[in-house]
Amino acid sequence: MKKTYGIEVDCANCANKMEQAAKDTKGVKDCTVNFMALKMNVEFEDGADEKKVMADVFKNCKKVEDDCEIFI
Amino acid sequence: MNKKQKKMLIRIIVTAVLLVSLAVIMPYIKRPEWEYQAVPYEDIIGFFLYLIPYLLIGYDILKKAVKGIMRGQVLDENFLMAVATVGAMALGEYREGVAVMLFYQIGELFQSYAVGKSRRNIAALMDIRPDSANLITEQDGGEVITKVSPDEVAVGSIISVMPGEKIPIDGTVVRGDTSVDTSALTGESVPRSVHAGDEVISGCINLSGAVSIRTTKEFGESTVSKILELVENASSRKSRSENFISKFARYYTPIVCGLALAIALIPPVVNLIMGNPADLATFIYRALTFLVISCPCALVISIPLGFFAGIGGASKAGVLVKGSNYIEALSKVGTVIFDKTGTLTKGVFEVVAVHKDRMDEDEMLYLAAHAEDFSTHPISRSIVSAYGKDIDRGIISDVSETAGQGVSAKVSGRTVLVGNEKLMRTRGIEPAACHDAGTIVHIAVDGEYAGHIHISDVIKETSKDAISGLHNIGIRKTIMLTGDNEEVAANVAEQLSIKEYHAGLLPQDKVTKVEEILSGRSSSDGLVAFAGDGINDAPVLTRADVGISMGALGSDAAIEAADVVLMDDDPMGIVKAVKIGRKCMRIVYENIYFAIGIKVLCLILSAFGLANMWLAIFADVGVMIIAVLNAIRTLRQ
Repeated sequence: MKKTYGIEVDCANCANKMEQAAKDTKGVKDCTVNFMALKMNVEFEDGADEKKVMADVFKNCKKVEDDCEIFI
Repeated sequence: MNKKQKKMLIRIIVTAVLLVSLAVIMPYIKRPEWEYQAVPYEDIIGFFLYLIPYLLIGYDILKKAVKGIMRGQVLDENFLMAVATVGAMALGEYREGVAVMLFYQIGELFQSYAVGKSRRNIAALMDIRPDSANLITEQDGGEVITKVSPDEVAVGSIISVMPGEKIPIDGTVVRGDTSVDTSALTGESVPRSVHAGDEVISGCINLSGAVSIRTTKEFGESTVSKILELVENASSRKSRSENFISKFARYYTPIVCGLALAIALIPPVVNLIMGNPADLATFIYRALTFLVISCPCALVISIPLGFFAGIGGASKAGVLVKGSNYIEALSKVGTVIFDKTGTLTKGVFEVVAVHKDRMDEDEMLYLAAHAEDFSTHPISRSIVSAYGKDIDRGIISDVSETAGQGVSAKVSGRTVLVGNEKLMRTRGIEPAACHDAGTIVHIAVDGEYAGHIHISDVIKETSKDAISGLHNIGIRKTIMLTGDNEEVAANVAEQLSIKEYHAGLLPQDKVTKVEEILSGRSSSDGLVAFAGDGINDAPVLTRADVGISMGALGSDAAIEAADVVLMDDDPMGIVKAVKIGRKCMRIVYENIYFAIGIKVLCLILSAFGLANMWLAIFADVGVMIIAVLNAIRTLRQ
């Protein structure tokens, strides 16, 4: 399943960091962050609870880039 | 500027004012004569006075640095800045400490402003998402218009589009005439006029009149959704240079921190061993300067920004690139393979000549068009459209169509045969030979040969310019592949001055041919791009290094399979795409060399004590601003 979320982040490199952090989160199959559109496309693993996974994604993103926001 | 940026601007201005006033006032604050202190009085006063602007401008950086350390994310740019400025403050270099933080924040603000501006530029171009659709439903004999989300409109519904509104869903006009602005989709600025019966695509803006449209697709399958999906997923594929930079940053920061530590500690220790004074403060100052210079912001910010702006600039020109790796690939293309039909040619048959034998051209076309009127074959349609006038169906009778041969019909009582040589021969008529390449339709009237109509797929007006344009920008090889016969292929290739072509290929043969070309090239030949219209050539698009599909406004398969999508059908777009790719890569490399070059130079100077904090600030913030400005250039054509 794929979902798109709006994000807020200041620099292109920070967006890359967020993408990597989201990819490394359990329950996320793949993730792309589009800095241009300020969008995060997350592909969940089968059977993953998206709400829970996204909370983890947000936590992990906060770790690498404090100044970020995901509109879940 | 957004709220965050405004807040930062105020902080910067206040800090700058404080810093300047302190610099002016400080010399007048004198140590009282009567007091003896270990630390000079003005230093303590100065420390607390300078601490105000320092904390004002740098509190968020310090907070981030501390948070980063607690979360195991040490050694990012916040950490570098925090260590350098805290160190400067501890050494009594208050002014430098505040200034470094101040300029760092100015650089950050500038960067975020520049990014926001280019994002808005691009977003405005891509502002094609419709918010709602006006659904027309019949109720109590009258029509009721309800505003609904485009998602809720079923295929076959009727929607109304007012002037000034975006067409939300692909469909066919059932009522009304208007002109539509397709520029957001195709870059074509001339409005297209549409009438009842014409197909319209979503994302266009209705300009002049209200129209009713019967939808032919769901919103999710409509052109506008497909394009938005493509654009929004664009940055997922990273180029080699981008990956290089993120790897570089991963190793770079620990290395410079280690070097800074070495600069701070080794010379004082050596001094002590040699019996000289340790002079720790001098070397710590040098190490801090070194740290400020080393901040990799210019690189980690400007490289992704360069690609970001490059993809944005390309979409402005109607070239959608699916990722920065394809920008890089486009810049290295050395061979372009074209599919003929639909790419170099229009892919529709048109009557190019009428060769009469014994009757008037107009009369011949008139008879042929009437005889062919009931046939749906593309060739028949092209003759009917070449005739261009209304067909009087009342005068047509006894129509019979022989598959693969042609049509026979009675038009105003005259027996008209329209078809190929075979049809003529079976009726005992000897057709004249024609030397033109293409499809020849022979016509006989009342058992006598009348002449023939030459039908051909027409070459696009810009194809020749595109081929010569590619050669001019240094593309060595252009190759044409086609399923058509040798004669037609040779003719088109000659007209376009393409030296290499392969005719009579089935779709799977095209894949084999492209693979042959891919494996047969040498490393100096560059990458291979394939340009097709997406009909039947999706496998080839995926196989080539860069798959370019023509005309996003047709085939969904093409949008999915291709790496680069040209919004209009114009082959000149390929030239544009290669040029944009090269320009973007040139700017990216400029930034890499420029930033690393200046940094290394300043680092060496600082290691030997030849650079002070002010030069360090330039090496950090100055280089970043220049690199960002350079990166934004890719947005412009």
